Amino acid sequence: MKYELVSGFETHVELATATKIFCGCTTAFGGAPNTHCCPICTGQPGTLPVLNKKVVEFAIRAGLALHCTINTTTHLDRKNYCYPDLPKAYQISQFDKPLCEHGYVELESGKRIRILRIHIEEDAGKLVHEKGTSYIDYNRGGVPLIEIVSEPDISSTDEAREYVEKLQLTMRYIGVSDCKMQEGSMRCDVNISLKERGSQVLGTRTEIKNMNSISHIEKAMEYEARRQAEILDDGGEVEQATMRFDENSGETYVMRTKEDAQDYRYFPEPDLLEVAIPQKKVDEIAASLPELPLEKYKRYTTELGINAANAKLLYKYKAVCDFFEECLRLGAGVKNTANLILGTVYSTLNTEEEKELFNIRVTPEDMAGLVKLADGGKINITLAQMTLAKMLESGKPFTEYIKEEDLAGVSDDELTELCRQAIEANPKAVEDYKNGKEKAISGLYGYIKRATQGKADIRKADAIIKELIK
Amino acid sequence: MSKIMQLSSALRGKKISSAELTKEYISRIERLNPKLNAYVCQTFDEALKNAEAADKMIKNGEGTLLTGIPMTLKDNIATDGLPTTCCSKILQGFKPYYDATVWSKLKSQGAVLLGKTNMDEFAMGSTSETSVYGAPLNPVNTTRVTGGSSGGVASAVKADMAVYGLGSDTGGSIRQPAAFCGAVGFKPTYGAVSRYGLIAYGSSLDQIGPITTSVEDAAIVYDAIRGKDTKDQTSVSTEDGKTELAKDVKGLKIGVAEEFFDGINPEIKNAIDAAISLYERSGAEVIRLSVPALKSALPVYYIIACAEASSNLGRYDGIRYGYRAKDYSGIDDMVVKTRTEGFGKEVKKRIMLGTYVLSSGYFDAYYKKACLIRSRLIADFENVFKECDVLIAPAAPETAFPSGYSGGNSIQMYLSDVCTVPVNIAGLPAASLPCGKDKNGLPIGMQIISGRFCDKKVLSAACFYEHEAGIVIENQEDLL
Repeated sequence: MKYELVSGFETHVELATATKIFCGCTTAFGGAPNTHCCPICTGQPGTLPVLNKKVVEFAIRAGLALHCTINTTTHLDRKNYCYPDLPKAYQISQFDKPLCEHGYVELESGKRIRILRIHIEEDAGKLVHEKGTSYIDYNRGGVPLIEIVSEPDISSTDEAREYVEKLQLTMRYIGVSDCKMQEGSMRCDVNISLKERGSQVLGTRTEIKNMNSISHIEKAMEYEARRQAEILDDGGEVEQATMRFDENSGETYVMRTKEDAQDYRYFPEPDLLEVAIPQKKVDEIAASLPELPLEKYKRYTTELGINAANAKLLYKYKAVCDFFEECLRLGAGVKNTANLILGTVYSTLNTEEEKELFNIRVTPEDMAGLVKLADGGKINITLAQMTLAKMLESGKPFTEYIKEEDLAGVSDDELTELCRQAIEANPKAVEDYKNGKEKAISGLYGYIKRATQGKADIRKADAIIKELIK
Repeated sequence: MSKIMQLSSALRGKKISSAELTKEYISRIERLNPKLNAYVCQTFDEALKNAEAADKMIKNGEGTLLTGIPMTLKDNIATDGLPTTCCSKILQGFKPYYDATVWSKLKSQGAVLLGKTNMDEFAMGSTSETSVYGAPLNPVNTTRVTGGSSGGVASAVKADMAVYGLGSDTGGSIRQPAAFCGAVGFKPTYGAVSRYGLIAYGSSLDQIGPITTSVEDAAIVYDAIRGKDTKDQTSVSTEDGKTELAKDVKGLKIGVAEEFFDGINPEIKNAIDAAISLYERSGAEVIRLSVPALKSALPVYYIIACAEASSNLGRYDGIRYGYRAKDYSGIDDMVVKTRTEGFGKEVKKRIMLGTYVLSSGYFDAYYKKACLIRSRLIADFENVFKECDVLIAPAAPETAFPSGYSGGNSIQMYLSDVCTVPVNIAGLPAASLPCGKDKNGLPIGMQIISGRFCDKKVLSAACFYEHEAGIVIENQEDLL
């Protein structure tokens, strides 16, 4: 392709505060229509907003996690536009002085997608169309949002995917949002333009509004890039426009062009005071930030020596990391813990969501207890896996399955005797081994495992067998 | 003389019950309101019930000075379950399901609400003639307007159809009608009284305050409604306890800014000068000064008020409450028709003006510049109040206009706000009180202004004049 993709994202993230941004209503998702509402969030005449301090705190947290500077004095503005889901006919947002500015999201490659700004604002309600009638549900109206605006630093759909995933992950790590795209708690507006490869001149961009899944984002970007490329190839000009992505056709459509661009008539919100944040508060929030995703990934691969593939499977889920690290803190070894989580535990968690929630029936204490037995060679990894599977199923502790006598294991004499029997029972395998087929010897392990119900230390058995048939 | 104190002690002394008193007021309203059109909504059933409840409070030794006292609210102050329409067609039938903070404070003290009073549509006007219900009349002379926008409150209080009332003041809407009708009007410091439940016109300028028949009453009502409200972030906590009014003015520094007297009717100027002399004779010091930024106050006011109004009034679209056009095709058509039919001419004019000054390309030249001049005016006033305690000025350049005046030249109408708007722009406290009459027997209003949160200085200086000049505000029943 002779063009380079240039893309910037405007991402709306709903903050997980208990109450709305300007009133005491719950932010809970769902609920019967118009039951999470009050005179304030439905914009009744005479009512006034009161800024929820938690919203400012959460937004600062997000800003710091994305390496932004925080404007310690700021204010809110009114963005005026008329739409039925916006009960005051203006959205309280931020215009010329966003709370956070100039940060970045670092991708695994080390490339940084710069963040221009993050501001706080209120969400609108939702229109529901049924049988020719439109209804309005204001439950979502007044739910706090941050809008994260990136610079046009994204140059492929892969980067777009990783950027969105990193944002999601970071927000979840710091506990400011669940970022569920399917529930609308994270939505992206994608700006796209093309430029000649190697050129510094940016093309005219279009904006695809309200994307609610990563795969749609990828499809829409691919389609839109192709559409623009065709226009440019034909010698045409891309028209600046706001687009909509149709999930069914996989195509983008023009919603409105620049000519009917809205004039939002921003001005400072007179019903709210200027927001002044003590630097001390910012410092406190900074100090309370947990280890961020990429830092964790780097630590897992270097300090803990976990391979990159496994580290990625772990650090994607905050709850998994918390569990994993708690096991390590209780003395369990890195390798066995990681392997048991990635193998045995993950095999019971079928969806991304289940992994995110990581709602398993085994406590870190039990897990660590079990892993330590394996670490110390008291049980082998197969028994550990089998036991863990039972624990996950029943929620009972490992002591329920591994008894004192099991831990005694198999004595060296008994094991040597068993090895002799195994050699006698498998003359063919022994012959093969002697003829240089190294792997043939593993046929003997099964015999020993069966005979000891998995209690025997196979590595030890391996050494004895090799000694015996030498 | 404080009417509230008199009535309250009569209630406490069992000379009269609140129910009886309320019935008296109801019969006055039934008799006088058809002539004056001060009330646009009468809530007599609730009033009688509340009066009985107030009588119980009094019997139990509970309540305050305002318990059992019949009063009124301007029609832009939200009252749970009672019509609140801003005298606009667009809010036809609207009954809020929440109370304005001022009303819930008064209600809990056993205040008796007789009804809602007339006003300019959405408080936009200086005569109350833009009301969808038609104008209220001035009890002093029914060929004259009441002033506005709180004209209904002023008319009701002057004609003793309420002991007191609450109005709102965005550019003079309490002080000017009080002056035109010969009553006392007090606009507290911006933030001293919660705006929660006051249907917004210009949010950074709006303030609720009382219209009464004496300064003492204004202080009593002010004390009952002021204070920090968690529902209004712009509200501020004020001193606890009763506002004690000073008994003399010895050493009081009175500023007289020449700009306030530019283009003022000479009769009014003379009356204010006489009042200033009285203060001087009583030991006050008069400082003549100049505040050049005052000259820009009027355009600054109309830009900022209209800008905020254009945004505040966007919500009236017929979707959730109030009036909705009958015939329409689709949502956009419904909103356009509803607003076209629902808003009056003056409101539309101000929405358009406000939309224009906020539009991209014009924002810097109008709105932003207005904000800059606003800051300068605030600073100028701060300097003035380093030198003096209060400023004395006329409340309006003319006495009450003849009815129908606003039908003519709207620029002329806007100019009539010149004395009152600077106070709102700077968020200052100011009172207007009668200081004589012109040759037609129309009341002249004097304005007393002070620095932010110096509400007590305003009320003290006003109270002193009222006592010293022997001003007694008579009911106007005899004239009707």
